[in-house]
Amino acid sequence: MSKAMLQSMPQTMYDKIWANHTVEERAGGTALLYIDKHLVHEVTSPQAFDGMRAAGRSIHRPDSIIAVPDHNVPTKDRHLPNPDPMSTAQLTALEANVKEFGLNYIPMDDKRQGIVHVVGPEQGFTQPGVTLVCGDSHTSTHGAFGALAFGIGTSEVEHVMATQTLQLKKARNMRVTVTGSLPLGCSAKDVALAIIAEIGTAGGTGYVIEYAGPVIEDLSMEGRMTLCNMSIEAGARAGLVAPDGKTFAYLKGRPYAPGDDQWDAAVAYWQELPSDHDAKFDKEVTIDGNAIVPLVTWGTSPEDVAPVTGCVPFVAEFEAEAKQEAVIKSLEYMGLSEGQLIKDIAVDRVFIGSCTNSRIEDMREAAAVIKGRHVADRIIEAMIVPGSGLVKLQAEEEGLDKIFTDAGFQWRDPGCSMCLAMNPDKAGAGEHVASTSNRNFVGRQGPGARTHLVSPAMAAAAAIAGHFVDVRDFIRGSS
Amino acid sequence: MQKFTKLSSIATPFPRVNVDTDIIIPAKHLKSIKRTGFGEHAFETVRFDSEGAPIEGNVFDCERYKDANILITGDNFGCGSSREHAPWAISELGFRCIVAPSFADIFSGNCVKNGILTVELPQGDVDALVLAAEAGHEIHIDLEEQTVLCQNAKYDFEYNAAHKEMLMAGLDEVGQTLRASKAIGSYEQKQKAATPWLFTAD
Repeated sequence: MSKAMLQSMPQTMYDKIWANHTVEERAGGTALLYIDKHLVHEVTSPQAFDGMRAAGRSIHRPDSIIAVPDHNVPTKDRHLPNPDPMSTAQLTALEANVKEFGLNYIPMDDKRQGIVHVVGPEQGFTQPGVTLVCGDSHTSTHGAFGALAFGIGTSEVEHVMATQTLQLKKARNMRVTVTGSLPLGCSAKDVALAIIAEIGTAGGTGYVIEYAGPVIEDLSMEGRMTLCNMSIEAGARAGLVAPDGKTFAYLKGRPYAPGDDQWDAAVAYWQELPSDHDAKFDKEVTIDGNAIVPLVTWGTSPEDVAPVTGCVPFVAEFEAEAKQEAVIKSLEYMGLSEGQLIKDIAVDRVFIGSCTNSRIEDMREAAAVIKGRHVADRIIEAMIVPGSGLVKLQAEEEGLDKIFTDAGFQWRDPGCSMCLAMNPDKAGAGEHVASTSNRNFVGRQGPGARTHLVSPAMAAAAAIAGHFVDVRDFIRGSS
Repeated sequence: MQKFTKLSSIATPFPRVNVDTDIIIPAKHLKSIKRTGFGEHAFETVRFDSEGAPIEGNVFDCERYKDANILITGDNFGCGSSREHAPWAISELGFRCIVAPSFADIFSGNCVKNGILTVELPQGDVDALVLAAEAGHEIHIDLEEQTVLCQNAKYDFEYNAAHKEMLMAGLDEVGQTLRASKAIGSYEQKQKAATPWLFTAD
């Protein structure tokens, strides 16, 4: 096939970004892919830096990296010594490594510090059309800008540091189109959960998902990040949304975004990225956005989703024997019974935060529900953890922190926190947690903890009521 | 990296679906800055109760499967977090090959880089191998031929050619890629002209 013919073939956005970054084609659909941007945190990098040192290698492009601690930083009492010596060892190692290798670094006491996937976009580091990686599976978040962004393992972190490339096999193209418009009380989190419920946690394995349709176009940049963040929970290593006017407006003037002298050229390049109208996708899924309702997970896999108005399913509803066994195990772990109403699940702890839902819009969404109300007596702890120091400052400027603390919520410092409980923020065994994070896996939020994934508005409403409740009733004021 | 060509061993049956990397190695054990020491915490919730006492008869600690180098497991194995600590932990339990109906993408990539072969077979074949493993039969994996032999049955599997080469040669991938540094350099020159805003530090 001639080059001219190849260029005239309709391409998806993923095809275009892949082609733009191919350094060398290899056998069997594999390529050496150039990586533009690399985010580094304290947990998955120390062994990579060690490998670099051991081999006497230098970092190919130090300017392509921002390092920031997030996974195990404490979210309170930061002025005191860190109580966990193992965490301290990782935080100290990161600081020493960035110094030794000469990298951009945002330390814990910097107001820009936060979760890598909140910091990258906020700094304008995340841009349309780039390849962006991080040793964290939720790197898919950055696809909200039309960046090809995906999580990598520690060996790959080292590979990118040393070579600025990865050896990768091209994924297939999937498009998920969400039609209609989102009903009142629903947000991007419900869209993400609805998609995972539809295609399953392995539905996107081997694919890059492009999200399209009016519901996606209507989402804010924050909402698109929430959606792309959970692509990995559907099995897809990356998610993508076509960049548009909202994307450009978000980026303009941010520290790492193209400056005035290069802005027009960059926008012109970005406008070429969206999939050609006749591009072919290997798999197409359509979701009716009008039919989406506030959702709650009941099991230990993100595909275990029920409407808040519904109930825990019966084991017999599942066809596959292996899934039936998994459901039995899940219900036992979660302490739930078949047919139990979702609204009857009492909540013990509430966590609003994580790279899925800790941006300013999420804070506002929670505050709108919380304002003038109070956390229920039975709640052991209700915690709001902003995604970055800048989100925290913005929320405080808007007076949201006051709304939260008046209602009995704790207002913390930024970090990954109880999403994965690597720091002291944990749930106890048997406790039900209304959580805006991304994974309801066994033990994820602490040994024996029972996680229910929900939107910020639903988590806020559960904190007020002490059990799951339809946030639409709150909004209508009839509760 | 250790080469992988052929492997003959009994296998540990663990036919659970959607085994995520938090099950393989919980986040609270990721705080080491070394690549070792994760094995003792691997599959913690399967091996120990909430008090930390060993769970009797779990497949990872029982005498019967002590010498197994092969793990036979369920669909979508290794989903969730990208942590490479998962294959590090699995390695320390002695496994060099995992057989399942499917694997999460990031996990299978991480396995290759640690000399672990992931074999995808249809559910029915995996079910047969689970039974064979439970019966204590030896399973023979041949990467060159891309076959799994067990008793009188032979199963062929697909495998990425580049990954096969890496595993069979025990290659250092970084060293291999650095051989292409000229191509990487000329790509960067081209991109500096096309997207100069991505090269602001130069």
